[in-house]
Amino acid sequence: MAEYLILINEDESSYATASPDVLQQVMEAHNRFAKQVEETGGSIVSGRALQPTSTATSIRDDVITDGPFAETKEALGGFYLVEARDLDHALEIGKLCPAQFGGVEVRPIMVFDGM
Amino acid sequence: MTGSTAGGLPADSGTSTGSGAGKDRPTAADAVADAHRREWAFVLAATARVAGDLDLAEECVQDAYVAALQAWSQQGVPRNPGAWLTTTARRRAIDLLRRDTTLRRKLPLLVEPGPPDDQAGADGPAGAEEGSGVIPDDRLRLIFTCCHPALAREAQVALTLRLVCGLSTADIAQAFLVSEPTMAARVTRAKKKISGARIAYRVPEAAQLPDRLDAVLTVVHLLYTTGHTAPGGGRLVRDDLVDRALGLARMLLLLMPDEPEVRGLLALLLLTDARRATRCAPDGRLLLLEDQDRAQWDRPAIAEGTALVRDALRSGRPGRFALQAAIAAVHAQAPTYRDTDWRQILGLYDLLGRKWTSPVVALNRAVALAMADGPEAGLAAIADLEHDGRLAGYRYLPAAKADLLRRLGRAQEAAQAYRCALELTANQPERDFLSRRLAEVQPGR
Repeated sequence: MAEYLILINEDESSYATASPDVLQQVMEAHNRFAKQVEETGGSIVSGRALQPTSTATSIRDDVITDGPFAETKEALGGFYLVEARDLDHALEIGKLCPAQFGGVEVRPIMVFDGM
Repeated sequence: MTGSTAGGLPADSGTSTGSGAGKDRPTAADAVADAHRREWAFVLAATARVAGDLDLAEECVQDAYVAALQAWSQQGVPRNPGAWLTTTARRRAIDLLRRDTTLRRKLPLLVEPGPPDDQAGADGPAGAEEGSGVIPDDRLRLIFTCCHPALAREAQVALTLRLVCGLSTADIAQAFLVSEPTMAARVTRAKKKISGARIAYRVPEAAQLPDRLDAVLTVVHLLYTTGHTAPGGGRLVRDDLVDRALGLARMLLLLMPDEPEVRGLLALLLLTDARRATRCAPDGRLLLLEDQDRAQWDRPAIAEGTALVRDALRSGRPGRFALQAAIAAVHAQAPTYRDTDWRQILGLYDLLGRKWTSPVVALNRAVALAMADGPEAGLAAIADLEHDGRLAGYRYLPAAKADLLRRLGRAQEAAQAYRCALELTANQPERDFLSRRLAEVQPGR
């Protein structure tokens, strides 16, 4: 098994304007996702949702600026660290991951020699 | 290890025709070159399972070919060169891995999980058993890995040529008109992704097979079309790429005899390639389908292709390659361009368009429509495509439009479309053709 990070990139404004019903559905989708991952034989190591990029602060060369590193329509809004057999399995999990206002990126976790 | 030692071998040069047939005994160099052409994929695919890493496997296979040159000139060519090379390359891989345990630890091993329905326990995880029967599916593992959808299409093509066909990076770079360092970087990056992201070295499971197979067939078809009309340069056809694509399609059919789309692809390539010799006049001028000498078409290839199409269509619900092959078969059977069954071709394009919503299909359909219902109907369809915009920059759109305008005697508009097509065309025989047509429609200038 190997670890992959699933980065959820979505349009923040869609969340800002979503009705409580929609937000409730999103929560339920994420709860279902946890169960679905188990069914594929994978597992979620951890997962978090982030506050919107309006709360982000960037630091470059010790200079502090308001906002995210890059302004994009779809921004990183949360992630899951998952265990999967290989990329195909990780992509299978990535397809299950809720991201109705955007999509996800699947990145393998680097393994260092001797660790 | 991205070096081009494969190209340094005495491979490929002139061995493709009648290898060894004319001589009593092939020389060792001929036999090595022949084995390079025929067995590379087989040897590399089998070695990759032992090496657990594509780079290491490539290095060991190259070493095996070098060793063969010497061994075969001294001891004679073995009865089964592929098996000899595989054993030698695998032994070398095992040696290197034993000697250098740090290498083994550091290598991001090729992931080779046995899917549940796989013959469990037939091979150890590293497949390190020596000299055992090579699983015939190894070449399929290799090509499915090279054409994994997580790799960019251009990387899929480059990896397939390099790992499955054994072409040097320099040759691949030349075929696709990019610099050698660019192509080397592309190949290296793709290999790193395979190991880094753990793209599994396996044939996809049944549920994913149709999509994944389509990617493989697309790569082979792309290779063919790149060879069929070279993206630039003085020659219309790059025979080497065309032959590679045909070889790959044959290999796939051998390994997956029950897949109708594999059959369809080989049929399509054979039927299109049957016209290869007639696509240029003796003086190098491009000849369109309309002007080709049909008596010179390769009849055995047409017969083989037509039989394959029939088989592929018989399976019901034909895929896009089988349908394209069926269209090519109708052309192959027509006595002349004019007396082609354009209605049938139009019907086949309709089926194809439902299966594959590509604007290129729509353009080809427009040309068939012009033959069936007249140039105006074709022009109207082309106007829709211009409006659609997805074919902006596609040279065959203004070229097709120009031809229909020319047929209607609308010389000025035709000239403008020819100029438009010329701006988008880099292949010299195609440029010459368009220039001639342009001169014809504006004789006074």
